[in-house]
Amino acid sequence: MTEIFGVPTQALFGQLLIGLINGSFYALLSLGLAVIFGLLNIINFTHGAQYMLGAFCAYFLLNKAGLGYWWSLAIAPLVVGAVGVLIERTMLKRLYRLDHLYGLLLTFGLALILQGLFQFGFGASGLPYPIPAELSGGRNLGFMFLPNYRAWVIVASLAVCLATWFVIEKTKLGSYLRAATENPQLVQAFGINVPRMIMLTYGFGVGLAALAGVMAAPIYQVSPRMGADLIIVVFAVVVIGGMGSILGSIVTGFGLGIVEGLTKVFYPEASNTVIFIIMAIVLMIKPAGLFGSQK
Amino acid sequence: MRHQRIAFGVMVAFFALAPLAMYPIFLMKVMCFALFACAFNLLIGFGGLLSFGHAMFLGIAGYGSAHAAKVWGLTPEIAILTGTAAATALGLITGLIAIRRQGIYFAMITLALAQMVYFFSLQANFTGGEDGIQAVPRGMLFGVLDLKDVWAMYATVLATFIAGFLLIYRAIHSPFGQVLKAIRENEPRALSLGYDINRYKLLAYVLSAGLAGLAGATKSIVFQLASLTDVHWTMSGEVVLMCLVGGLGTVFGPVVGALVIVAMANYLAQLGAWVTVVQGVIFVVCVLTFRRGIVGELGHFLKKPL
Repeated sequence: MTEIFGVPTQALFGQLLIGLINGSFYALLSLGLAVIFGLLNIINFTHGAQYMLGAFCAYFLLNKAGLGYWWSLAIAPLVVGAVGVLIERTMLKRLYRLDHLYGLLLTFGLALILQGLFQFGFGASGLPYPIPAELSGGRNLGFMFLPNYRAWVIVASLAVCLATWFVIEKTKLGSYLRAATENPQLVQAFGINVPRMIMLTYGFGVGLAALAGVMAAPIYQVSPRMGADLIIVVFAVVVIGGMGSILGSIVTGFGLGIVEGLTKVFYPEASNTVIFIIMAIVLMIKPAGLFGSQK
Repeated sequence: MRHQRIAFGVMVAFFALAPLAMYPIFLMKVMCFALFACAFNLLIGFGGLLSFGHAMFLGIAGYGSAHAAKVWGLTPEIAILTGTAAATALGLITGLIAIRRQGIYFAMITLALAQMVYFFSLQANFTGGEDGIQAVPRGMLFGVLDLKDVWAMYATVLATFIAGFLLIYRAIHSPFGQVLKAIRENEPRALSLGYDINRYKLLAYVLSAGLAGLAGATKSIVFQLASLTDVHWTMSGEVVLMCLVGGLGTVFGPVVGALVIVAMANYLAQLGAWVTVVQGVIFVVCVLTFRRGIVGELGHFLKKPL
């Protein structure tokens, strides 16, 4: 068997693949956080719980309504996004004039409620979700075995991330959004309905989290706690990347996933903490984050 | 300041007399968490810095003092000091990193650093991993007073709590505390007045970490246990909740909040996952309609800051 730096290539590429998968989820989730933060100035602590909701939504659709993975991919983000819109309309809306920290506390409370409710209903253990038939199996690339579903997750999340980037940076709608981020009053004065835009942006960010949840369901199991620890890692990813740029959060997400995967190969003890260590180092050198700019 | 002295008298009288009517163990738990919440409140209420990772100080001090008492066989006062010193050192290291950003970023950074400490506690040898450090001896205070006696332990915890509380009270009302408030209100102006704001923030952060550590170190001697629960992010959330319920930025709010939340956790303990849901609901209700908290509302009603 061939080896690189004393590590079997099978193990190396295997962990690289896991890293890329994790990175796909970091990128999707941190992208949603960044979009929401840009317009609402709120760090959405409920993001992890909404990711979990997406996975549960897929689980229910399959087991109660008989609708498979591809339906879930479309329906779950809409349903969870609608719940998000409801949260924005009834609660978050009241906090915009207050210190941003209240938004963090409110969404933290919501995360506790959602997580507690699902834990009460489904216990702490995971529920299985099958890989869709079209994507089962895999192919042998010569140096490693690549399961089809994992390849799909990487490609799909990259596509969604780039599409989001394109909409925000290159379209008319995106330009309104960026303008409202800079100066909402002025944009409103031009006759654009900013409150509705804020509402839909929150719904969209939440929908991205739910989409990530559906894609994660066949890989990790569907469980009430699946988003809780992930969201803390995603926060670190966001701090490292800085929330200034969309492409920045995509690159940071994938990059850190790969770094984490490599750490599992070379120094497994640190694989849980490596992202936090990188965060500390980045903060010492460039406090605004790799792609951010400090105001 | 007279009304604050009265409130202080009421608080001391409550904790001195309450064991006649309530379980001393419960009250000791309340006092440990009250000190923890007061330490946290020093940072958010007077420095404007929301830490979402204060559990790391509570937890690491707990491990420090439990290890010192059990493995090194030190007397409880030295064990508690060891734990407090460990938390202060951790506060200095994490503080240097965290104060580089403000507001929401500060909250996310402290949360991430605390998660790192959590994984460290899970993997390190001396913490006992999932089991924690169990059967920590309470020992003889100063080599003479046997803390196995519940009243000796109670008096020790009460004295520790009062000492910590007075230190925080003193810090808030000192010139140092006033500068902190100035930084919270308007950072550029404080900077332009020539204050080294990063040094003030770091000092407040380290002080808060040390006092949170004092609470954690004492707690592990009282309950003879140091476990992962105290390092987990849910604990960081709980202390935020205590201060929010009692009143962010009030002097006595964290104590009242700790009493409410610990009592609630005690009564709801058999409900399991519902405790999380109830805590979440309290968070949401407080943020939407009750931002001043219990003591804040009372102070507003009496038109006197408490």
